[in-house]
Amino acid sequence: MDLLLKWARSPWGDSVLIHISWSLFWASLVGGLLFLLAHGSYMLFSQHHKLPSSEVDRLEAEMKGLPARIPRHSFVARMFHWVMAFSMLSLLFTAFLPIVGVKFAWVEWHWMAGILLTSSIMFHIVHASVFMDFWSIWVGPKDIPELKGEMMREFGVDVPGPKPGKYPLGNRLYHMAVVVAGLVVVFSGVLMMWRVQTGIVTRNPYLMSDVTWGVTYVAHGLMGVGFVGLVIAHIYFALRPEKLWITKAMVFGFITRREYLEHHDPKQWKTGSHGA
Amino acid sequence: MPPIRDVMAAFELFQPTSVNDALGILDRHGADAWVMAGGMDTFDWLKDRIRKPKVVVDLGGVDELRGIKDAAGGLEIGAMTTLTEVATNALVKERFPLLAEAAMLVASPQIRNQGTAGGNVSQDARCWYYRAGWPCYRAGGNICYADTPTSVNREHAIFDADRCVAVNPSDTAPALIALDASMVIKRGAVERVVPAEEFFVGPGIDITRLTVLQPGDLLTAIRLPATWAGKTHYFEKVRDRQVWDFALVNIASIMTTSGSTISDVRMVVNGVSAQPYRLAAVETAIKGKPRTKETAEMAADLAVQGAEPLRHNAYKIPLVKALVKRAIRGGAEWISS
Repeated sequence: MDLLLKWARSPWGDSVLIHISWSLFWASLVGGLLFLLAHGSYMLFSQHHKLPSSEVDRLEAEMKGLPARIPRHSFVARMFHWVMAFSMLSLLFTAFLPIVGVKFAWVEWHWMAGILLTSSIMFHIVHASVFMDFWSIWVGPKDIPELKGEMMREFGVDVPGPKPGKYPLGNRLYHMAVVVAGLVVVFSGVLMMWRVQTGIVTRNPYLMSDVTWGVTYVAHGLMGVGFVGLVIAHIYFALRPEKLWITKAMVFGFITRREYLEHHDPKQWKTGSHGA
Repeated sequence: MPPIRDVMAAFELFQPTSVNDALGILDRHGADAWVMAGGMDTFDWLKDRIRKPKVVVDLGGVDELRGIKDAAGGLEIGAMTTLTEVATNALVKERFPLLAEAAMLVASPQIRNQGTAGGNVSQDARCWYYRAGWPCYRAGGNICYADTPTSVNREHAIFDADRCVAVNPSDTAPALIALDASMVIKRGAVERVVPAEEFFVGPGIDITRLTVLQPGDLLTAIRLPATWAGKTHYFEKVRDRQVWDFALVNIASIMTTSGSTISDVRMVVNGVSAQPYRLAAVETAIKGKPRTKETAEMAADLAVQGAEPLRHNAYKIPLVKALVKRAIRGGAEWISS
């Protein structure tokens, strides 16, 4: 069991959880890199299907009225994304570099990056709820046909539609994973501020019972190592040639009309509608 | 307190007679090996059965780790040299009386006869919550039992606490930092020389260790450069029991003067944080100043800036101030207030 979780005996003789085993960090790191290798190899040799360019030509001719540049992410949304990316990478490096042997005073940097992440997420929740098409990013049973279509195309079978709205299914699934892991890591991280000297809250390690603290540390650790794999996958996909158009949109804010017609269903993502 | 069992858990004992043999054993057993110098810290851990190493490497038979020799006007002290030898050696007393005095104030005569220079700087924290074997941060857990609203923390840190509030208990460590000493560390065939100031680490860097020593490392010697030989020094240790105790706070200071003006100075206090606390701001502020009461007052205020006392150790703030004043005035007069 010590391979996954670390236990200790409290002064009262109880066996209590203290944190995850760092072997899980290595598992997540190696798992992320193996996935990257496996997917890269698959994409190199597979017959994954793309929409024929003649079909995109036809769509472009049909919808000449569309602007050449389709806004995809507003400036505010892009700022949020990059602030969150900066804080997330800071959190991962400050958390895990000491574990791989790079020793430095990491705690202060870690909780400061955590505050940045928490603030940016709170901002995003409000911004997405009020100013964006809130439901466009979520996944549900309605997406099963799209999932089926995507998988068939990945395996080289030419099946018609459905195409996604603003966010491809992969984006939405990733967002869902990040929401779950992010909320757990933020909530547990905020509680852990009571265990360290921050000058923001009065330190009180007896805020919760040893058992609850143990669960909090384990939850934080599990989601933290989970993010190692998630971030590896995210950066990998952001850099893949066939996905670069999405990455560029996160930098410049728009996609081209052709990219819009090739990858999206204009009925589900109407240009000019709210969203970012 | 943990139950005192007196009978240690079984371990495999190695008694090498050369540094190379010791390094080979340490290399072979890695984190399973426990290095024992004089045994003053070791036997507490082993008899309380808080630490149960598979292998103990007793350095008592390694003669090449003993002795004090001249090194270009400075000194090289073997890590297994006893504290009594350090305190009474003519060369140490002549060139570095600061270190001789610090060594002479360690614990009791019996302990100084057995305890070593290397062991004194490598000893572990004396926080009783940690030594009781509870799962605190320093022991790899997720709590500091000494920093809670109900903790008994009179002896703990006032500076640089980072989750753990234990302090470094060494008396010779601040003297060695003040004298700009270097630690010679061997690991396999590789030797590295680490400045004493960097030899000690705080909890922010590594919460489970007080020094940079890792499994496989062997501290073989301490080198003292000639730079501060024979300079004006001051060492004082404040403790609860004068006959035998760890320092509540100690101070080591070395300075060069021109008339009554301080030309250069190094000043270090211990017992206030997890690593000996160098008073760099004080050193900068008093260089070029006369050794007057006004300078001492100013330095004392500066010395405690940033101090964050726990529930029971705020007394360390006036204590540090008083020691800084005395160090600057050379203890010539005992300053009240």
